[in-house]
Amino acid sequence: MHLDITIQTQRFDPGAEEQRLADLAANAGALVAFVGRVRGHDGPVALAALHLEHYPVVTENEIARIAHEAAERWPLLGCRVIHRVGRLEPSEPIVLVVIAALHRKAAFAACEFLMDYLKTEAPFWKRELFADGKQHWVEAKVTDSDACQRWETPALDIE
Amino acid sequence: MIRVLYFGVLKDKLGCDQEMLEWNGGSTAELLTLLRERGTEWAEALAPGKVFRMVVDQRIVRGDAEIADGAEVGILPPVTGG
Repeated sequence: MHLDITIQTQRFDPGAEEQRLADLAANAGALVAFVGRVRGHDGPVALAALHLEHYPVVTENEIARIAHEAAERWPLLGCRVIHRVGRLEPSEPIVLVVIAALHRKAAFAACEFLMDYLKTEAPFWKRELFADGKQHWVEAKVTDSDACQRWETPALDIE
Repeated sequence: MIRVLYFGVLKDKLGCDQEMLEWNGGSTAELLTLLRERGTEWAEALAPGKVFRMVVDQRIVRGDAEIADGAEVGILPPVTGG
């Protein structure tokens, strides 16, 4: 499996990343990409920006661990992950996961698995900065860890 | 000595992002106990459930783990990426 993980402050180009992975995993019949973006409204006051931080080396290693776990469950040909840190404004992309596989079901499932675990296991922390000048650290969501729990059953038999 | 790093909300609640600490050996659980004994703010910020993971020398620890002298220890609150 081609695996490439980057944590960066700059924007990324999902189309270019998809093409790069498609070129590397030439026999892939399926390519699934997920892009997470900053929402402008999550409450009564508009969001001005997010600030994300991570734990260098540790975060990259943890994402690699999650990707390898996905590769044990489904036959994957390629996996590209980009996660941004620093200041991000509404509508900017935060995270990209691209999966290349022989067939679509494995690609869809692995992409969702990676996102569920990225949200609940990878060391990233978000601070919300609001239009009224207030700011606070985002609290972990129970729904995110619920989403992960359904993967704790044995791997699905998907080609 | 060990270097202890704090992340996310812990930096604000504890008022520091890292510190050097005298260390005579012990585990991650023992380090947490020691830090919680510093006072109410520390005990509350590092209460069970508020610490998601401990990291020793850049490896995420699941369960209790020994911390050697000279180690770097990261204390991670629940994560909120993606």
